[in-house]
Amino acid sequence: MTTESTDVLIIGSGFGGSIAAYHLAAGGAKVTVLERGPWLSAKDFDHDYLLGSSYTRAFDFVAGDGMSLLGGNCVGGGSVVYFAALPRAPGFVFDRQGSIGRRVWPAAISREALNPWYDRVSEVLPVTQQDWGDITYSGGLWAAACNHSGHTANPVPVGVDASRCTNCNWMMAGCRFDAKQSLLLNYLPAALQHGAEIRPLHEVQKISHAGDGRYRVHYNTLDDVDYRVATGSGEIDAKIVIVAAGAGATPPILQRSEETLGTMPHAVGRYFSGNGERLNNAVINEERAAELLGIRRPNGKAYEAYQIGKGPVVACWDFLDAGLPEYDRFSMEQLFFPPGLGTILTQVQDATGPSWFGREKKELLRRWKSWLTIFLMTEDDNEGVFGAPPPTGNSFRISQQMLGRGPLRYDPTPNTLRGWAQADAKVKEILEKDGLATVMPWTNDVVGAYTVHPLSSCRIGDDPATSALDDRHELRGHPGIFVTDGSAVPTALTVNPALTIAALAERAIPGIVAAARDRGVDVTYGAPLPKAVTNSVARPAA
Amino acid sequence: MEMPALGGRCDNRYVEISADSLGDVLEVRVDATPIFSDESQKMTLEAFADTIVPGVKRFPDDRAIAGVVDDPGAVAAGALDLLVDPATGVAAGLAPLSDMLNAHAGAYAERTGLTLEDDVPAFVALPYEHRAELISELTAPGNPERDGWIVLVMFSNMAYDIVPHRPTEDVLAEGVPSLLTLGYAKPDSDGLWRFPDFGYNRELAKRHPNTTESGSPE
Ligand SMILES: Cc1cc2nc3c(=O)[nH]c(=O)nc-3n(C[C@H](O)[C@H](O)[C@H](O)COP(=O)(O)OP(=O)(O)OC[C@H]3O[C@@H](n4cnc5c(N)ncnc54)[C@H](O)[C@@H]3O)c2cc1C
Repeated sequence: MTTESTDVLIIGSGFGGSIAAYHLAAGGAKVTVLERGPWLSAKDFDHDYLLGSSYTRAFDFVAGDGMSLLGGNCVGGGSVVYFAALPRAPGFVFDRQGSIGRRVWPAAISREALNPWYDRVSEVLPVTQQDWGDITYSGGLWAAACNHSGHTANPVPVGVDASRCTNCNWMMAGCRFDAKQSLLLNYLPAALQHGAEIRPLHEVQKISHAGDGRYRVHYNTLDDVDYRVATGSGEIDAKIVIVAAGAGATPPILQRSEETLGTMPHAVGRYFSGNGERLNNAVINEERAAELLGIRRPNGKAYEAYQIGKGPVVACWDFLDAGLPEYDRFSMEQLFFPPGLGTILTQVQDATGPSWFGREKKELLRRWKSWLTIFLMTEDDNEGVFGAPPPTGNSFRISQQMLGRGPLRYDPTPNTLRGWAQADAKVKEILEKDGLATVMPWTNDVVGAYTVHPLSSCRIGDDPATSALDDRHELRGHPGIFVTDGSAVPTALTVNPALTIAALAERAIPGIVAAARDRGVDVTYGAPLPKAVTNSVARPAA
Repeated sequence: MEMPALGGRCDNRYVEISADSLGDVLEVRVDATPIFSDESQKMTLEAFADTIVPGVKRFPDDRAIAGVVDDPGAVAAGALDLLVDPATGVAAGLAPLSDMLNAHAGAYAERTGLTLEDDVPAFVALPYEHRAELISELTAPGNPERDGWIVLVMFSNMAYDIVPHRPTEDVLAEGVPSLLTLGYAKPDSDGLWRFPDFGYNRELAKRHPNTTESGSPE
């Protein structure tokens, strides 16, 4: 086997990977990105639930013990399948103490310190603020319900170009209209322009030493339909390795590397957070909605519009209050999950038989047009722990695409459970007021809790005992290896995390450039921010 | 880590279905046939899928379908076609799961004092409420075999909710139950969805007073 070499090897092409790829390539380094998923762009994004369409090609669903993770599996990572709600994390989050009884975040990072980095990412994507005219029926209904209960509700800042958006709600399968600002429209095309090389269907398995302080990255190439099948393997040597496989996939790579690299910091694969996520499902009483909220569509219906929209657009932030104790703070965001992933775990209120399958559940599906999903982001206790890594990747793959069984164990602590219960109760109070709706949380009994926001499994911090990375994102004890994805975020954020992951990645870059220079890479920091393009970048012809 | 009931590891296009927790390890080719050694295994899984999303009997003496509702359910939507679709990767586990389900059903009947007719597999012979009760037990947290049953539940559900073994456009055009029962809108003539009428277009709540200039919480 011939071993190739590069200056900077990046594992994964989501937020953490793409941002690093751009800055290092623009600064003059030779950058190679290995991405386990396929390279898809607008024309490949199907409106189709057929197995093998973009919905399963670009997606990863890993069932764990007590927690299941959803994530991207394609060039652009989670940004391709995400809902593009992009708020900044509230200031109190950075002062969280969590389970360790003292500030978890590095002393150097606060909301104020992160704001300039948030600004940069917001300019690149770009992040836009929505007007009420951009708000979908489901978002509007949630706003009106909050208002009816004496609460405020905000249009959420988003990465969606409203002029191109058709409100098709297929954004989880990738945006066919390039209205959603995925990384295929900004950092990635800019990185390519500066010579970065992106190799899809390359799944990294482990890292070893290559001598002279360099690292060797070992990968398998994967079949483009059946991801269980390895079609080949290879290795690339690099002076700097950036691990950005996402919080569900970074730990297994590092754990598997322990045999060759030596002991990993204790916090690798520990302190995982599901961002305190929890889903509730309401069935709206259409007549009551019209009466109580005074809402009416041009077709005469009050609502019946669950299918219409662009994911989450309105959130209630009344409980993001720095004055409240830790674990009592949460946000409540309206959301859409397509049928399938979004129907299985919904429960029947006051079921006489099983609550999540069977006769009564089928009846609930008939009311689907009147459903409203509310997404809670609470403060969990970083209680997730990864077991031994599977033989390859981040799971034992069951299906050709999407479905696998992973090593994460998440046993919610009383703090987390209390946070969920409080947030559930608040949603119920708001939506059941005056008979507006009936509400039930999703069941955790089937695939455990469910998160689209895996975080913290290889986190930054000042304390080596409880953090795997220093505040420059360098892996403790393994100089030259950096982690810039969601696993670096130390705690749950009480809001959607992508902008914070991206801001932290931007913040880490100057330090990574300095480390690269120390290792003999001819690279500088300070390239202008990328300009967004209007068509998602396709795989260059061979 | 507990072994997954149905996991895939691949070398040279061979898949090993690790079914340790189910007491079975099978080495099979990806395209191995036949999946079922007899019709009763298939009938058993139809009865399982029908418990998840119940349907109307397809013909008068349809035993697999409990017939507790009067419109089509998961089986009519093609649950068995989905389970044997190579994309799901579970085909090799189906026959053993079916046999195990019948063993559990037999034990369940004995423990609850039910007498089952023996002209059909034990699970098929269970009345609907008991089928549901047994599936609740098998999928309950802590059940050592639950991984395998959960996978069956998920695909039975999906067969009805999104019919993922068929192109969605065809499913909607042909009037297959499920998505239409949900009230799922049909796409434009190019097969893509667009909703020009999407919102109430007015302010419906006050923003949080501490919203920052960037539109985020403070
Ligand atoms: C359905 C859905 C909706 C979401 N909506 C929102 C939202 O509205 N707002 C928000 O803020 N966040 C949202 N998120 C979360 C957001 O997408 C993630 O937080 C974000 O993408 C994480 O960035 P990351 O860099 O950590 O990893 P990712 O973006 O997940 O990127 C990791 C990449 O690494 C690849 N990879 C994994 N393992 C390997 C390997 N071994 N070798 C090579 N490559 C590998 C993956 O395929 C992936 O492309 C959503 C997520 C999902 C799934």
